[in-house]
Amino acid sequence: MKLGLVVDLDTCVGCHGCATACKQWNTSGTIGPLSDKDPYGKDPNGAWLNRIRTYEVDDHPNSKTVNMPLSCMHCDNAACVTVCPTGASYKREEDGIVLVDQDKCMGCNLCSWACPYGARELDPHQGTMKKCTLCVDRIYDERLPEDERKPACVMTCPTKSRVFGDFDDPNSEVSQLVRDRAGKQLMPELGYEPVNTYLPPRNKPVVETYEPKSIKATVKGWVNKVIAR
Amino acid sequence: MHPAFSVLVFTVMSGAGYGLITLMALGHLLGLPQLQDSSVLLTGGVVSFVLISGGLLSSTLHLANPKNAWRSFSRFKTSWLSREAVFAVLFYPFVLGYLTNIWVNGAEVNAIAQLTGFGAALLAMVTLFCTSMIYASLKTIRQWNTSLTPVNYIALGLMSGSLLLAAVQASVAGDLSSVLHNLAIGLVVLGAVVKLIYLFWIGKPAGSTINTATGFTQASVRLLDQGHTSNGFLNNEFGYTLEANKLMRLRVLMVGIAFVMPFFLLLTSSAGLLALAAILTIIGLLVERWLFFAEARHVVRLFHGDQRV
Repeated sequence: MKLGLVVDLDTCVGCHGCATACKQWNTSGTIGPLSDKDPYGKDPNGAWLNRIRTYEVDDHPNSKTVNMPLSCMHCDNAACVTVCPTGASYKREEDGIVLVDQDKCMGCNLCSWACPYGARELDPHQGTMKKCTLCVDRIYDERLPEDERKPACVMTCPTKSRVFGDFDDPNSEVSQLVRDRAGKQLMPELGYEPVNTYLPPRNKPVVETYEPKSIKATVKGWVNKVIAR
Repeated sequence: MHPAFSVLVFTVMSGAGYGLITLMALGHLLGLPQLQDSSVLLTGGVVSFVLISGGLLSSTLHLANPKNAWRSFSRFKTSWLSREAVFAVLFYPFVLGYLTNIWVNGAEVNAIAQLTGFGAALLAMVTLFCTSMIYASLKTIRQWNTSLTPVNYIALGLMSGSLLLAAVQASVAGDLSSVLHNLAIGLVVLGAVVKLIYLFWIGKPAGSTINTATGFTQASVRLLDQGHTSNGFLNNEFGYTLEANKLMRLRVLMVGIAFVMPFFLLLTSSAGLLALAAILTIIGLLVERWLFFAEARHVVRLFHGDQRV
């Protein structure tokens, strides 16, 4: 199994719902609290496992706003695991999920340096590294109804822009989406082989814009029309 | 990258200590006449021991959860940081054996001196190499991910070690050894050349861009919103930016203090000025290490709006 997420950049509206659902679930999940430093002060800071950034792609009139959520890509070639000196970082054989054993981490930050996607953040109080667990404590929980055994971010997404599944299964929803919509990996040139895949926005017709002309040009246009008749 | 002071102190001090013990042990065992004096060897050994141990203790200060530091010996097969920790500890019995043997038997080159001395010299260089590989192995930082990084660390470690060795020998024995003096001049020139090649190399644009980071490789991409109202861990750790004019001034300062001034002080051939040259080099190398961090640009910056790293 190779579990991961597909994120649809066409439909993501950038509501940050996935990030807050993630923080809410994981702060009482297997990796312990996701602490904040000065949460109600002037300069709040804290560990989040999912961040959403907004970009403008291309130039007017073809420009498009793209919201891009980023969490751990659960890379096939995860350098964060190989650089870890304590063995706290590990990648599970059975499903490819990358996790941090909070009891072994010494907070040296080296794994966050090795990660190109900014997926790891140091907990300001515990001094250990926190990262996306793909809600390993939800997806295997047999007490939950079967359709709820998904990561919290996927469950909460109001536009269904996040899809969870097995990339090793060619008939899974995620594999089909990647095939049909030409899914892309981020920074493939670094060779980390990220599992999470992003679906690019669909091409839509350019919205026509009204551009006021000068009076002279307007009159000229009328005259040209009259003469043509 | 945010320059953590404890890491700067660690890499510069332990680099100088490893360079000093390596050159001293090799000189002693290969029969360099000026290094057959046990008081010179013991002084040099203690200086190197203090620098290395102080550096290693300083390195633990940047850990956010140091109570688990003992676990860092456990991933020798994959992690350069783990290898560094293992070799740094393995070095101690050799250097302690070597110095104890000199303390007891004097500067005589016997079997124990050869075993422990060559062992300490080898492990010192291996540890220094592992330290540099922690940085050189990171594909996310193109300014570090180059074979120039280990070359720099080893050349600069030997350079500062040779200056310390010449200063210790001159101040303890009273007269200057021309061999050690010429070695120090040669290594200062080598260090400067290696550093200038590195500075030239990182100036060339290369690597990932905001387009490969976001996957939009056929159009321009601009950041509209970072998604948070105040800086988080990623901004603090990777967002360190230095103005171009300050960068140039610091580079000139670094080359001046670490290489040019020691070079001219070495030409004077005075024991007092040799010690000054060694101290200046170490201060200059602290600036050099600070710049090594400040000029390194992690690819996460692309997601925060940088067009290229």
